[in-house]
Amino acid sequence: MANTASLCTSFLAELLTGTHNFGVAPIRAATTADTFKGALYVTTATYNAATTAYSATNEVTGTNYTAGGVTVTNATVPASTNTSATAGVAYWTPSASLTYTTVTLTTAFDTVLIYNSTQSNKAVGVYTFGSQTITAGTFTLTMPTNSTSAALVRLATT
Amino acid sequence: MALVTTTLGEMDESLLEKREGTFEDDNELTTWTEYWKDNALVHRSAHVTLKKAPVFAGGEQTNFV
Repeated sequence: MANTASLCTSFLAELLTGTHNFGVAPIRAATTADTFKGALYVTTATYNAATTAYSATNEVTGTNYTAGGVTVTNATVPASTNTSATAGVAYWTPSASLTYTTVTLTTAFDTVLIYNSTQSNKAVGVYTFGSQTITAGTFTLTMPTNSTSAALVRLATT
Repeated sequence: MALVTTTLGEMDESLLEKREGTFEDDNELTTWTEYWKDNALVHRSAHVTLKKAPVFAGGEQTNFV
């Protein structure tokens, strides 16, 4: 047997649960999961990897759409899978679709921002799809499979 | 009799022209349903299924040499 240098897969999963803190803030007091939300943005917006928090700028507006979007259902805790001595993946996906019911969104949109409404609306990820409009209808966004290869949030060593 | 929510209120589906479509690529599978009345769009719903998160964060440990 020999030792092998690697970030530990369990550490990756623990990053997703706020177990480790290399900095000075925030100090987490709560032991429950944070609340995450999904906000929709128009096609002319410029949200990307540099986005740090939710913003109402270029968010969709329309009948029955509430600024800030909808709450993400989070019934599944983050998981991790170790695939070798040097590789592993921690991952998490919302446990239900995001549904915007009976809305009218006439300006084309193509992006959802997932953000942490418990932690000062800090951004998690920007996800894009084909341009859509909704007229007196429902927009449903179904999340990818909760797996090492497809989950919405994945941290990995390679 | 199926009722559809439209810009004109609840309407019987039989009074409307229904149009449906799909789109699929590596990122998503999308289906949409539209209802038209007198050449005007009165209802549009869409269902987007994301196939795979596009962002994959990779990490490597530091080796001490």
